[in-house]
Amino acid sequence: MLATRWEPWTELNRLSREMDRLFSRGTNGSVMGVGSYPALNVWEDDDNLFAEAELPGFCMDDLEIYVTGNQLTLKGERKPPEHEGGTWHRQERGYGKFSRMVELPGDIDAENVSAEFKNGVLHITLPKSEAVKPRRIEVKAN
Amino acid sequence: MSTTMTTTNQNETLQQNGNRRVSEYLNENGQQARSTFQPRFDIWEGDEELILYGDLPGVNTDDLDIQFENRRLTIHAKVDRWHDGEGYLYSEYGVGDFHRTFTIGEAINSEAISAEMHDGVLTLHLPKSDHAKPRRIQVKAN
Repeated sequence: MLATRWEPWTELNRLSREMDRLFSRGTNGSVMGVGSYPALNVWEDDDNLFAEAELPGFCMDDLEIYVTGNQLTLKGERKPPEHEGGTWHRQERGYGKFSRMVELPGDIDAENVSAEFKNGVLHITLPKSEAVKPRRIEVKAN
Repeated sequence: MSTTMTTTNQNETLQQNGNRRVSEYLNENGQQARSTFQPRFDIWEGDEELILYGDLPGVNTDDLDIQFENRRLTIHAKVDRWHDGEGYLYSEYGVGDFHRTFTIGEAINSEAISAEMHDGVLTLHLPKSDHAKPRRIQVKAN
C-alpha cells in the first residue's frame, strides 16, 4: 500500500486485546468459555429452587435449558453486532457459544420447570421433586 | 483521524460476572445496602456515527439516565432487584446499579443522539457533527 496511515488508537486497542487474550482475563469471547459463564445465583424455598443469570442480548430462542435429575444445563450463543468497516474502539462484551452445567442440591421435578426472560435476566423456577421436599412430622401428644 | 475513549477510573474490584463493583453504600446499620457496577461496553466508530453497545441486564427503559455534556457521556441505570447473597446456594454475581462515564474525543451532534434498549442491551447512536465527518475532496481537471 502506498499510503499507510498510522492509527495509534487502533494500534493500542489491538495491543490491549492481544494482552487480554494472552492473559485470558477476557474481553473477546474468552469470558464465554465452557463452565463458568453465565454466573448464577441460586436460592431455594421449601418447594422450589430458583436460578437467575444475567444474559443480556440473548432471547429465549438462543437459549437451551435442560434439567435431568439434579443437574441444570444452560446453553446459548450470542452473536456480535455486525458492521462493515469502521473501527472498534472497545470490545468488552463477550460473544460466542457457552455451555454450563451445575449440580443442584436435590432432584428436580423436570416436568414442571418454568423459565422467564426479562430485560436480559433469566429466571428459572425449578420445583423440587416430592421425594426431597422437607416434610413436617406431626408429633402427637398423648 | 481517531477517537479517544477514556473511562473515568474509580476504585474497582472485579466481580465474577465481569462487571466491576465501583462503590458500595452503607445503610444506617453499617451493612452493605447497594452496590454500583461498571457495565461492559463495545464502541464502534463509522464515518457517520459512533455506536455504543452496553450490557445492562435487568434495567427498565424508565430507570435509565443518559447525559451528554461537554464531551462527557454519563450512563446511569437504577436496578431495583438486589440480593445480599445470604442463604444462597450459589452466589456468583452481585446485583446493583450501573454507572459509567466516557469522554468522547469527537465532535458529536448532541441533538441527534438516540438510544434504545433490547433484552438488557443498550444501543446508543452518537451521530458525528457535520464538520467531523470525513469529506471527499473533488479534484477538478482542467
